[in-house]
Amino acid sequence: MKEQLEQIKSRAFAALEAAKAVPELEELRVRLLGKKGELTAVLKMMGKLSSEERPVMGQLANSVRAAIEARLDARRTELEAAALDARLAAEALDVTVPGTKPELGHRHPMYIALDEAKEIFIGMGFQILEGPEVELADYNFTKLNTEEGHPARDWSDTFYLKEDSSVLLRTQTSPMQIRAMEAIKQPPIRILAPGRVYRKDEVDATHSPMFHQIEGLVIDKGITMADLKGTLETLVKSLYGEDSVVRFRPHHFPFTEPSCEVDVQCFKCRGAGCPTCKGEGWIELLGAGMVHPRVLEGCGIDPSVYSGFAFGIGLERMAMRRFQISDLRLIFENDIRFLRQF
Amino acid sequence: MNISRNWLKEFVDIQASDREYDEIMTIAGQKVETTTRLDAEIKNVKVGRVLSIVRHQNSDHMWVCQIDVGEALPVQIVTGAQNVRQGDLVPTALHDSWLAGGVHILSGKLRGEESNGMLCSIQELGLTHNDFPDACEDGIWILNDEDCAVGQDINEVIGNNDSVVEFEITNNRPDCYSLIGLARETAAAFNVPLKLHEPVVKGGGPGVLPELLDVETPDPDLCLRYTARMVRNVKIAPSPKWMRQRLRAAGIRPINNIVDITNYVMVEYGQPMHAFDYRYVKGGKIIVRRAGEDAELTTLDGTVRKLRPEMLVIADETRPVGLAGVMGGENSEIAPDTVDVVFESANFDGTSIRKTALALGMRTEASAKFEKNIDPMLTLPAVNRACELVELLGAGEVLDGVIDVLNCVPEPYSLPLEPERINALLGTDISEADMVEYLRREQIPVENGQILVPSWRPDLRRMADIAEEVARFYGYNEIPTTLMRGATTRGGYSPSQKLVNAAGAAARALGFSEIITYSFVSPTGLDLIRAPKDDPRREQIKLLNPLGEDTSVMRTTALPSMLDILARNNAYHNKAARLYELAKIYLPVEGQALPYEPKLLMLGCYGPDENFYGLKGAVEDILSQLNTLSARFEAVTTDPAYHPGRCAALYVGDKRIGTLGQIHPLVAKNYGMDCEVYAAELNFTDLQTVLAPEKTFRALPRFPATSRDLAFVCAETETVGALEACITQAAGPLLKEIKLFDIYRGVGIAQGCKSVAFSLTFRAEDRTLTDADIEPAMDSVLRALEAGHGAVRR
Repeated sequence: MKEQLEQIKSRAFAALEAAKAVPELEELRVRLLGKKGELTAVLKMMGKLSSEERPVMGQLANSVRAAIEARLDARRTELEAAALDARLAAEALDVTVPGTKPELGHRHPMYIALDEAKEIFIGMGFQILEGPEVELADYNFTKLNTEEGHPARDWSDTFYLKEDSSVLLRTQTSPMQIRAMEAIKQPPIRILAPGRVYRKDEVDATHSPMFHQIEGLVIDKGITMADLKGTLETLVKSLYGEDSVVRFRPHHFPFTEPSCEVDVQCFKCRGAGCPTCKGEGWIELLGAGMVHPRVLEGCGIDPSVYSGFAFGIGLERMAMRRFQISDLRLIFENDIRFLRQF
Repeated sequence: MNISRNWLKEFVDIQASDREYDEIMTIAGQKVETTTRLDAEIKNVKVGRVLSIVRHQNSDHMWVCQIDVGEALPVQIVTGAQNVRQGDLVPTALHDSWLAGGVHILSGKLRGEESNGMLCSIQELGLTHNDFPDACEDGIWILNDEDCAVGQDINEVIGNNDSVVEFEITNNRPDCYSLIGLARETAAAFNVPLKLHEPVVKGGGPGVLPELLDVETPDPDLCLRYTARMVRNVKIAPSPKWMRQRLRAAGIRPINNIVDITNYVMVEYGQPMHAFDYRYVKGGKIIVRRAGEDAELTTLDGTVRKLRPEMLVIADETRPVGLAGVMGGENSEIAPDTVDVVFESANFDGTSIRKTALALGMRTEASAKFEKNIDPMLTLPAVNRACELVELLGAGEVLDGVIDVLNCVPEPYSLPLEPERINALLGTDISEADMVEYLRREQIPVENGQILVPSWRPDLRRMADIAEEVARFYGYNEIPTTLMRGATTRGGYSPSQKLVNAAGAAARALGFSEIITYSFVSPTGLDLIRAPKDDPRREQIKLLNPLGEDTSVMRTTALPSMLDILARNNAYHNKAARLYELAKIYLPVEGQALPYEPKLLMLGCYGPDENFYGLKGAVEDILSQLNTLSARFEAVTTDPAYHPGRCAALYVGDKRIGTLGQIHPLVAKNYGMDCEVYAAELNFTDLQTVLAPEKTFRALPRFPATSRDLAFVCAETETVGALEACITQAAGPLLKEIKLFDIYRGVGIAQGCKSVAFSLTFRAEDRTLTDADIEPAMDSVLRALEAGHGAVRR
C-alpha cells in the first residue's frame, strides 16, 4: 500500500508537470483526488489494514493528498500566469496607430480671446452686459458728448438706417456706457460690454466693416486715473505676461477727459523698433479715459460725487496678436481648416 | 499735420534726435505717426563740374563728359542731354547711387563708352519746376546759379538736410494744425522757451483802403470774422528758395510769391488765407453770403462746381468769386499780370464748411482746418504776417489799415485752478505750484487761482480738461497705478449669457465649430433659400449708405450666412464641416425706432457621415444640455428652404423653437453644392422661456426593472412619434423607458407596411414587478396600437 501511495504521488507529479493548460488540471484533480479517483480508491482499502498500520498509512495517505493538492495549486498558478502572459502578448497593439476620437468642435479664436478678457474682468467684479447693435444716434454720439457735425457722424464713416441720421449701426460699444448707467442708475457700476460694431471701411487685411469691441465702464465714489491705470495694467499683464511693459499716452475721445491710449512694448523687438511694431517699438492696444463729466451729468450721475473710467478694446486686433493671425479676412472667412487650428 | 524740423527751429531751439523728439512729443500727447528724412531717398549724388564734353564716337546725340566731383580723378559719364556745357555745375549721380522713385544707378557702358554714373534733371531728383523755377524743363539741372560747390552732396543744395514729422492731431486741438501750435507744444514738452514773433508791417502803399475795398457779411452766422488787407503794384515772381524749401517740406507745391505767402502763413499760423486779384473783384466789394440763386462757380482747379443755396461763397457785386473756406474761384485767381491783391484772412463756421466740402467732394487744406473750428483771433496776426512777408520779399506795396469785420468774437474764458479736485481725479499728489508751472509752459497764465484760457484753447472748459493738461506734463506714466477701492461688486454672466455659453459648449462637444458671419447681408440671400415673396423675413432693415449690395440689409435669418460658409468650405474641397454660429437677427418692430435683436443658434453641416437623424440627435443633445422641457418634432413639408420629406419643426413645451432638416437640393444648388446639406435654426430668446426646473437628485431605483420587446407591423404612414405616444399613454405609470430598436421593411412584411420594434422597460418604486403586473400593461398597449394604428403584433 505504501508503494501504491508513493506511486500515485510520483505519477501525479509527473502528470501535473505535463499538464499544459488550466482545464487539464481540473481533470487531473478529479482523476487523482476525486470520489472516484485513484487516491480514494487506495484509501477505500484502508479497512483491510491492521489497527497498527492504519494510522501510519492514514497519515501517509493524507500527506500524499496534501502534497498533490499543493502541487496542483502551484501548477495552476504557474499555468494561469503563463496563459495570461500568452494572452497579453497576443493582445499587444501598435500604439502608434492613431486613436479613435469623435471630432470635437472648435471655439472661434476671436471668442477664445474674448473669453480670456471676460474672465480677467469678471475676476475684478465686472458684470457682462450686452446691448443693441442697431442704435440711436443719441446713444452712439449725442449722449457721448459727440455733437452734431462731428466727423465721426459723417455718412461716409457711419452706416445709417434713417434719413434723418437718428438710427445707425453702432460705430463703437461705448453707447453701452450710457445704457449701463441708465439701467443700473445707482453706482457702483462695473460692466464689460463686448459686441459687434460697424464702420464704413472696405475689407482688407486690417479692416472690416463689421468688427468687435470690448467696452468697460467703472463708476463709483473716488475712482481715479490711477485706478484706471492699475486695472488696465492688470489686463495687459494677464494677457501678455507679467514682464510686459505698458505705456499710457494722452489722446482725445469726446466722452472721456483725461483720455489716453495704451501701448504695450513690442514683444518681438522689446522696443527697439521692428516690422511688427512698424518701427515704433510700441503696439497700440486700447483707448481709455476718465468718464467725461458731461456724460455723467447726461445720465443723471453727479460728477462732483462720482467719477469713473471707461475703456474700449478692439477685439480683432487683440485676437490677431494673441494667435499671430496675419490677415483679418481669415477671421470672417470661417474656413474649417482655419477654425480647427484653435 | 506735417512739419519741418528746420522750420520749427525758428520757434523753439530743440537739438533732440528725431527719435527722441518723436518719443517726447508722443508721450506729452502729440502723437508722431512717422518721421521722414528728406535726404533718405537721394543717395551718392554730388555737385560736379563739367571739365570736358565731347561727342560720343558711336552716337549722333550722346556726349562723353569728364566730371570733377572733388575727388582725385574725374569721373567719365555719358549723357544724352543737349544743354550741358563745359564748366557747368551739374548734379552727378555716381556709381551705386539712388535717385527718386528708388532708381539705382550703376556703372555701365553706353555704345562702348564707359559711363560711371548719370547727370540728373530735377525730375530725377524728385523735384518739379515749381521747386526750382530756374531749372531747365527738359534737360540736366544746371547748378551754376545755385549756392553750391564741387563735391557737395546734392541733398544740401536741394535743402533736403531736414526731417518732416507727421503728427496725428486730435479733434480737440485745432490749434495744433499749425507750426506755431506744435512749436508751443514742443516748448511745453521740452520745457524750453517759445520764440514768437509779432508781425510788423511798414505799409504806406498808394491809396486809401476803405475807398478801394468794402466788405459785407450778410450771413454773420456762417462768417464769424472777415479780415482783409490790400497790396498794390505787385510783382508776381517765384518766391525765394528758403520759402520754397519750407513749403516743399510741408508738402505744399510752390506757385508764385503771393500764393506761396498765403500758404506759408497757413502753415505757420494754421489760418487759411486767400489772395484775390483786385481787378476782378467787381465794384471793389466783397460780400460773404450764402450762394442763394447762384448755381455754379469754377474753382481754382478749373472744375465747375454746382452750388447749393446754403453754401457760403465770397462774392463781389455781381457773382461769386470764391467758395468760402474751401477754394478760390478761377475768375479772380492771381495771374502773372496781377497788379493789386486782396488778402483774405477769415473765420467761417466749421460745420458749414465741412458740409460744403463734403457735398462737393473737395476736402482742401483750408476746409480741413476750418471744419475743426479754428481760433477767430488768428485772422489779424495772419493777415499782418502775410503783408510783412510781401514787404520782406519786395513783392508789392502794402496799404495802411485793415478791414476787420467781427461778427462773433469769443469771450475771454477763465476757470479756477482746483488742485484738490484735480489730484482726486488723477489719484496723484501734485502741488499747486507744479500745476501752475505746467500751464505756464503751455502759455496758459494762472492769476490769483484763475486760469486765463487763451482763445486757441476752447477745449479747456472744466476741471477735467485742466486735469488732462496737468497729467500730460506731469507725465501719464508717472501717475501711480492702484486698484479700485470702494464697494465690491459681483461680476459674472447673466442667466441668458450662461445659456448661450452652454449651448456653444454643447455644440462644440458634438463636433460643431464656431463661425462668425456679417450681420448685414445681401437681400438676394432670401431668394437663394427660396423664401416666398410674402415671407415676413423679407421685411429687412435697409442700410441707407451700404458699402455694397452684399452688405445692404440687416439679416432676418442666419440661414443664408451659414449656407454661404458651408458652400465656401465645400468649394475649398473640405470633405466635411460641422459649424455653428450664435447669431443675432434684426427684426423691425412696428412703431419702434430700434429692431428686436434675438439671438439664434444656427447649426449647419455636410459630409459623408451626415444625415437627418445625426443632426436631430445633436439638437436633442444640446436641448438636454440646456435642460429644457421635453422636445417634440413635427414633420414640415412646406418650408421651401428644406427637403419636404426631411424637415421638422421643433417644439419645446408649447413653443415653436426652431426648424431643422436637410436643405432643399435646389437651395443647395443655389449655393453651388450638390451634396446633402443639413441645418438647424434654434431661437434662443424663446428657449430661455422653456427651461425645465433646475435639476435635483432623485433616489436611485431600489427594485429591478423588467424589459419587454415588442415588434409589430403597421402601415408605412404611421410615425414612430405617434406610435411612441400611443404606447406611453396605454402602458401606464409602470413604463419607465421606451426605446426604438428596429424598423424593418422587406421579406415577410406586406408592401406599404413596416415592422417597428420597441424595447419597453417597466419598473415600480416599491416592489419587484411580476408578470402579473406587466401583462395587463402589455395587453393594453397592444389593444391601443391595434385600435389607433392598425398595428398587429409580429
